Amino acid sequence: MAAKTMFEKVWEQHLVAEPAGEPSLLYIDLQLVHEVTSPQAFDGLRMTDRKLRRPDRHIATVDHNVPTSSVQDRLVIADQIANTQISALRKNCAEFGIEFYDVQDTNQGIVHMIGPELGLTKPGMTIVCGDSHTSTHGAFGALAFGIGTSEVEHVMATQTLPQEKPKTFRINVEGKLPYGVTAKDIILDIIGRIGTAGATGYVVEYAGSAIRALSMEGRMTICNMSIEAGARAGMIAPDETTFAYLKGRKCSPKGAAWDEAVAHWKTLPTEAGATFDRELTIDAATLAPRVTWGTSPGMVTGISDKVPSPADTANEADRKSYERALEYMDLKPGTKIEEIPVDRVFLGSCTNGRIEDLRAAAEIVDGYHVATTVSAMVVPGSQKVKVQAEQEGLDIIFKNAGFDWREPGCSMCLGMNPDILEPGERCASTSNRNFEGRQGRGGRTHLVSPVMAAAAAITGHFTDVRTWKFNSRKEAR
Amino acid sequence: MEAIKTLTATAAPLPLPNIDTDQIIPKQFLKRIERAGYGDFLFYDWRRIQDGPDAGKPDASFVLNKPEYKDAKILIAEKNFGCGSSREHAAWAIHQFGFRVVIAPSFADIFFSNAGKNGIILVRLSEADVETLLQRSTANPQHKITINVEDQTVTDEQGFSAHFDMDPFRKYCLVNGLDDIGLTLRYEKDLDKFEAKHDNEFWSAPKVQTA
Repeated sequence: MAAKTMFEKVWEQHLVAEPAGEPSLLYIDLQLVHEVTSPQAFDGLRMTDRKLRRPDRHIATVDHNVPTSSVQDRLVIADQIANTQISALRKNCAEFGIEFYDVQDTNQGIVHMIGPELGLTKPGMTIVCGDSHTSTHGAFGALAFGIGTSEVEHVMATQTLPQEKPKTFRINVEGKLPYGVTAKDIILDIIGRIGTAGATGYVVEYAGSAIRALSMEGRMTICNMSIEAGARAGMIAPDETTFAYLKGRKCSPKGAAWDEAVAHWKTLPTEAGATFDRELTIDAATLAPRVTWGTSPGMVTGISDKVPSPADTANEADRKSYERALEYMDLKPGTKIEEIPVDRVFLGSCTNGRIEDLRAAAEIVDGYHVATTVSAMVVPGSQKVKVQAEQEGLDIIFKNAGFDWREPGCSMCLGMNPDILEPGERCASTSNRNFEGRQGRGGRTHLVSPVMAAAAAITGHFTDVRTWKFNSRKEAR
Repeated sequence: MEAIKTLTATAAPLPLPNIDTDQIIPKQFLKRIERAGYGDFLFYDWRRIQDGPDAGKPDASFVLNKPEYKDAKILIAEKNFGCGSSREHAAWAIHQFGFRVVIAPSFADIFFSNAGKNGIILVRLSEADVETLLQRSTANPQHKITINVEDQTVTDEQGFSAHFDMDPFRKYCLVNGLDDIGLTLRYEKDLDKFEAKHDNEFWSAPKVQTA
């Protein structure tokens, strides 16, 4: 029998039917639900008098719309349209019997944070959500992808999705990451190389020694932004790091079931000799901290580089989009990235709102203060991350440095809540999209890693974190 | 879903690559719980003047604000149309504004699927063919293009003719206006059988904790 890829194994284990001339019918183990992409799906069920087939394979929380300013602002949401949407989810979950983590529940958080935290996300599962960053869960060796609202309704009614089998693409990142270079820089580098449609139609498996060396947090950052390369999903083989993360979580198997589960999970990784439709190998040692300069995540360069010129592009379409991006971003070709000043810093999101991200950023800012020209905020991705960070004293470090320490949610990643940029404001952001207006109409977003965002907050401009002079008072604490 | 077999209409040219769903429908309109009423918000920011004394007023230079394109049922854009967020609101806005077809060299995966669920025909043509149609619709807003879904062809009055690829099942659903959930439920017996077995594979069950 031919050697199989991890994707093929998970795919085959979930095939309900393979009708000739039609897409395959794929079983979905878990659907995550949030307030924005679900109300029309619940309405669809009601209108067609259909039941939610498996409430036990659904969980819901609120993340996109919730204010992050204070507990009070979350309990009484001033934006009536947002409030209606959140109330609708509350009501729908009660009506259809879905476990729901409300605004101040200890399990509330960005939907892609809480799946792993609760141990809901496990290797070998199929996971969907009406959100493109569902690819995050692939870090555990799950097949996880974002869907639209019609598909959300489809999964609610049938616990399946008709799917065309995607192609496979393995990206090997080999070697040791240089100091100051993080998982975020790996994925931004990949998107820069292959383009924002470079992996369209593929499921990407990230492999190689640099990927294996990453923590689960780092692996989630990479899989999270697979969609920014156009991929259907990203996956990383489960290993001891994965098992250690999952052990003891609320929904992880216990006792003998744990051993059986681990034995199954160990059968999932891609077998030697399995072939992929496409492969790419990257030398980790050559990577540097990345900063996006344009309005697409593929418009990215190194911290030591300069803003590129439209004249250097290969074709007319790229030249046009570079010109438009530079105009929107108010940047001149040839400007050193390090000389670009920032007004705002946003630390958070399903890309970089995890505990490890906050620890790394706190180490940079410890003993410093945010530049007078900068307004900076930290938004933990979940209630659990917030509590953990506070137990470790990270909130004190951030507050002493002049950061705003906020309540969990999607916040300024997409600005559906009150956290937005003003027109013309320039932001160093640990989120995932730098599209025009993404963080607020007229706002200018530069995507960076948490440590790069932290350094920019202190100096007021992009700064090479590889040369950072730590001012830590760790010994004193 | 409405059934579509052929369509002849004028086209609005939007000659930009990587048009993301944040541009197609900005986030502030995603807070609504209804499925209708998104047409007015299509390309909301691009349809308005962004800066200066007239900020917020309609931008007369944007193609969708030009009266000569108001009857267009076809949208033509460059590569990687619909990238970014999974919001189906983007497909709803395009459809509810009045577009039935989008022509581009390539589409992002999730948008491609969302468009199909809403009866929007996505036509992938070569970059050169797209460029030709963009030029003709720019030069003449009354330029009519015909899409024949059954034959999978795009033609115009000036002799343009191109074939486009379409998954046979997607085509079958489009021309018959079929509902996906109903189609899936034809396999309910297979589903029951699979589920009975799969539910015992506890590692795939999100909430089961012990064997």
